[in-house]
Amino acid sequence: MTDNGYKAGSNLEKVLSAGTFAVTSECGPPKSADGGVIERKAKILKGFVDAVNITDNQTAVVRVCSLASGVTAQQNGVEAIMQMTCRDRNRLAMQADILGAATLGIKNILCLTGDHLSFGNHPEAKGVHDLDSLNLIRMYKDMRDEKTFQCGEEMDVAPPLYIGCAENPFGDPFEFRALRLKKKIEAGADFMQTQCIFNIPKFKEWMKEVRALGLHQEIKILAGITPLKGAGGARYMKNFVPGMDVPQEIVDRMAGVEKGPPSHAEGKKLAVEMIKELAEIEGVAGIHIMAVEWEEAVPEIVETAGLLPRPAVA
Amino acid sequence: MITAERKPFDEILTLVDGHKKVLVAGCDTCVAICLTGGEKEAEILASELRMKAQADGREVEVEHTAAIRQCEWEYLDMIAAKVEEADVVLSMACGIGIQSMAEKFEPKLVVPAVNTNMLGMPQEHAVWLERCGACGDCVIGETAGICPVVRCSKSLMNGPCGGSHDGKCEVTTPEKEEIDCAWALIWERLKAQGREELMEVTRPPKNWSKSSSGGPRKMVKEEAKPV
Ligand code: SF4
Ligand code: SF4
Repeated sequence: MTDNGYKAGSNLEKVLSAGTFAVTSECGPPKSADGGVIERKAKILKGFVDAVNITDNQTAVVRVCSLASGVTAQQNGVEAIMQMTCRDRNRLAMQADILGAATLGIKNILCLTGDHLSFGNHPEAKGVHDLDSLNLIRMYKDMRDEKTFQCGEEMDVAPPLYIGCAENPFGDPFEFRALRLKKKIEAGADFMQTQCIFNIPKFKEWMKEVRALGLHQEIKILAGITPLKGAGGARYMKNFVPGMDVPQEIVDRMAGVEKGPPSHAEGKKLAVEMIKELAEIEGVAGIHIMAVEWEEAVPEIVETAGLLPRPAVA
Repeated sequence: MITAERKPFDEILTLVDGHKKVLVAGCDTCVAICLTGGEKEAEILASELRMKAQADGREVEVEHTAAIRQCEWEYLDMIAAKVEEADVVLSMACGIGIQSMAEKFEPKLVVPAVNTNMLGMPQEHAVWLERCGACGDCVIGETAGICPVVRCSKSLMNGPCGGSHDGKCEVTTPEKEEIDCAWALIWERLKAQGREELMEVTRPPKNWSKSSSGGPRKMVKEEAKPV
């Protein structure tokens, strides 16, 4: 706990603690030592989001690490949410990296299991999975609150962390999904971002379960959306992305407009409609816009959804 | 049981390349049951090697034999005479059997003809599935008798990841066949047992030092030692 009563005192924590509807987005670091990419993406998003997720070798493809990219984003005016998967690091590396991140001013962390190596560009690598994401959350919470390493040894200076997790409301077994969130809250998660939502009725059903367990009062829930560029992307996600639930109506709606600028406009329009509908759901504390390699779309979506200006928190 | 698959023929040829007297040694326990390395398979491989040598115009003597269990030294005496005569032993046993041969007959060259792949069981005729990773700290008392260490693609200990879909894992086999999600199976069986509250239990980080991460393991049974 920091002096001012916050766990980490990050911008995101302050926005969510104030009860303001939060906006986060996502940046994927590049597949080369090009520091300019994150700098450029951060400049696009600056002022339009409260914090941005920096992915960690997303889809098991090697990229600039989330720590370095997170620092770059922060140097360019956007607070980072550093993603950390259990796939590539054991408990030593996960603790070392978070200490390093904290010394460089990163305060938000998102704890993930990680997509399986077979999806990525090094399918022959050894998957680590020393801890699962639940134990990763617990480990970071203990580092922050108890000043202890996972082994129980103490440290002098604890990393101030605002700890996030992800949840897929569309994963199976559906009956277990809300319970899984409960386990993550018990482990120490402060905020949660969902997998991309396209099936809003199903998400509402899940939120009902979440509220029945009172979980929305114990964790800040950010609903995840992905603006679609066209019908192709919608079909791809429907058929090939694990754990994704894209209703046929959405594919049809995107297929109904011409590919290119018209379908881009339709995708943004759909995103805004979805944000408005999601924001009405009790227990949704913010929106997480995952515009994969389409960061340019985010400012317009945020603005049209009426979410500007972003609060300036001290 | 331990399962193994025969190596590609070309790789086997490379391993015995240049040797004049080859002994193909089968093992009549696990690898025989999984139809890979028993006496029958040893005989087949030996004749394939002979035919190949003949076709290539090389003079190579190939014999075959089998031990009841290559992984126990007592059983190796029975095949010792044949091993002595060979320049190279091509063992069709699991990795354990191959090593016990190499140790027993040192400095005889013993090479593997198979890739040992798992601790599994036959699911149906000619199909085997992995069941255990010998992690040294069995948890399946809490997971409905289903191993999360090897049957979950990410060795998760606290329920399914976000990729579990309709009972299937987000991962497919290299042949793109679907795999059952271990945690979907665990959930269903725990429900059938009326023990689904076990899904809400948070298991602490696993102690991998009891697995091969802790270095080669040794088991000693004091009570069974001769006095
Ligand atoms: S938990 Fe460990 S010992 Fe038990 S079946 Fe799985 S790998 Fe084997
Ligand atoms: S889908 Fe199921 S088996 Fe596959 S990694 Fe996730 S939890 Fe494990």
